[in-house]
Amino acid sequence: MEERKKIIDLQDIIKKFYIGTPNELTVLHGIDLEVYEGEFVAVVGASGSGKSTLMNIIGSLDRPTSGKYELDGVDMIKAKDSELSGIRNQKIGFVFQTYNLIAKTNALKNVEMPMLYAGVHGKKRTERAKELLTLVGMEDRMKHLPEELSGGQKQRVAIARAMANNPAIILADEPTGALDSSTGRLVMDIFHKLHREQGKTIVLITHSPELAEETDRVITLRDGLVTSIRRGKGGAY
Amino acid sequence: MNLFFENVRLALFSLKANKMRALLTMLGIIIGISSVIAIMTVGNSLSSYMTGELSSLGTNNVYVSIAIRENEEETTEEGYSFVEENNQAHITADDLMTREMIENYADTYADNITAIGIQKNVGSGQIFEGTKSIGVDVKGVTLGYMLTDNKDLKAGRFFTGRETEGAKRVCIVSNKVVDKMFGGDDEAALGSIVQTQIETSFYDFTIVGIYNFEAGAGALASYMSMGNTTDMYIPFSTACEMNHSDYVAYFTVLAKPDVDPDAFADLTKQFFVPYYRNNRNVYIDSYSMASYVEMMSSMMGTLTTAISVIAGIALLVGGIGVMNIMLVSITERTREIGTRKALGAPNSSIRLQFIVEAVVICMIGGIIGILIGVGGGSLAAGLLLKSPANPSIASIFGSLLFSMAIGVFFGYYPANKAAKMDPIEALRYE
Ligand SMILES: Nc1ncnc2c1ncn2[C@@H]1O[C@H](COP(=O)(O)OP(=O)(O)O)[C@@H](O)[C@H]1O
Ligand SMILES: [Mg+2]
Repeated sequence: MEERKKIIDLQDIIKKFYIGTPNELTVLHGIDLEVYEGEFVAVVGASGSGKSTLMNIIGSLDRPTSGKYELDGVDMIKAKDSELSGIRNQKIGFVFQTYNLIAKTNALKNVEMPMLYAGVHGKKRTERAKELLTLVGMEDRMKHLPEELSGGQKQRVAIARAMANNPAIILADEPTGALDSSTGRLVMDIFHKLHREQGKTIVLITHSPELAEETDRVITLRDGLVTSIRRGKGGAY
Repeated sequence: MNLFFENVRLALFSLKANKMRALLTMLGIIIGISSVIAIMTVGNSLSSYMTGELSSLGTNNVYVSIAIRENEEETTEEGYSFVEENNQAHITADDLMTREMIENYADTYADNITAIGIQKNVGSGQIFEGTKSIGVDVKGVTLGYMLTDNKDLKAGRFFTGRETEGAKRVCIVSNKVVDKMFGGDDEAALGSIVQTQIETSFYDFTIVGIYNFEAGAGALASYMSMGNTTDMYIPFSTACEMNHSDYVAYFTVLAKPDVDPDAFADLTKQFFVPYYRNNRNVYIDSYSMASYVEMMSSMMGTLTTAISVIAGIALLVGGIGVMNIMLVSITERTREIGTRKALGAPNSSIRLQFIVEAVVICMIGGIIGILIGVGGGSLAAGLLLKSPANPSIASIFGSLLFSMAIGVFFGYYPANKAAKMDPIEALRYE
């Protein structure tokens, strides 16, 4: 395997939550994690093990209590909030379990949203959004509102939205968690396609051992610690 | 700019989704803005009406009239109370001005006076002939009246000295009378004798002059009473004879152009003080047309201020309502805010989004308020003044800007709250 660039580099990440003054809850107990460019990584672990907390730190939605974090060479600990919003916009695409599409806003406009914040202009924006919706097989539903779409369709729109500014990294927190297995399969295939054809770095949280096995690397968390890292069957897809 | 229009679109969407809520939210703004616009429309129409009135009557007119003493010690500054002859039961003939008083006054201030217009109401009646008739208000007037009241003769002449001295039955009628009774033929009318009924008596008058009736001076009063009735002027002496009295309740002075009408009104007032020193009922008041107009505009100004204060309170309440609804809206859309932050929205554009939404709500409220205000104000001005309403463009734009400013002011706090939300907490919000 050729030498590859580290795109996510977490060292000794500790995250504590303060619930009332005397009580502190340590959710992440010192996590070291490196993800290489173009890698498809699955994060598994029991509910409450800290997967989402870790994902939010990677996505810069949250800051660790201590530790070092570099994303694509940028020191994310030192970065200001205003810089982080730019990084989220340009380098990261989020996919949530609950889709989080903007209500009363059609699929096309939802996909255009990150480009709007990036200042991409009218026609170019719409073209790109249409292209992405076609990529996820939603070209017939572009003018549909979220409430008019099924769960799987919503998630496909959400993936298209995550891809809007062509980010290097896609972070997906249990994207198939609310879907039945055949719809989940369809969504998973889209991730594989983005990984294979566009070289996206993908970090996927999942409860499904089968889906995790399909990735390059499976990271297991337990009580806020990485307990195992092993190869998946990645190449097969 | 893209983002801005997107925000406007979103704001309209959320208004559409909650129409009733939006309307209730806007109510304070609508009430505030519409009352400001309505009062300004009325005020504007009134002041242009009064400016017209002033120029048609002349700035140099000074009015002299009997006024009731409000109490024995003080004679009030602003005792502009008209006392109509015969109108006040407790005013007796002894209280009225005599012709000698007025003649003395005219002699004393001959250098200051161009003309004195005296008027004596005889009564309302009608001219009739065969089946045709038209209403008239019969008034005895002096030559000066034609000057002070700015009446130009269209045809014929004023009364001659002989007619005045002899208290002859001659008259000057309006073009309306000529139109109705003589088919608009001035030549036929002049010299004709018209039969006039005043109360239960009949009189014959010979028409010697015709004036043009104009909906200018005193139009307000005449419109309010009867539509087609105009003044019919007869010699003052004739009126005295018909009324069996030559007392006068009020008259108008046209001061010379270089005389300050306000100062002259004061002099006039002082002149009559000795005559009325022992009268406990009435005194003579005098004021200039200019001061009358000034008083009217200051009254209008006070009214405008009072309504503006009320409107200001309505706008304040409206603004707080907008702030409240924005806080509700932000709470409802917490997850949306979290999602937008995850997609890379900087705090500034979240803030902009909700400020735009508040501004859009206030602006729509403002526009509705302006429409209601212009409509209501025009209606009121039309009914009151019979003159075309005059909504002030400046106040319309001012109100629009002001309502937008309310949106910015009251939208800022909720918008800032949204902008400062923690993305994770917002995304986890149930
Ligand atoms: N904002 C928070 N405040 C307090 N506790 C939190 C917060 N977020 C997560 N936790 C706690 O941290 C632990 C890990 O949560 P999470 O990362 O969501 O787990 P997972 O995604 O693996 O199910 C849980 O015990 C959860 O209750
Ligand atoms: Mg989770």
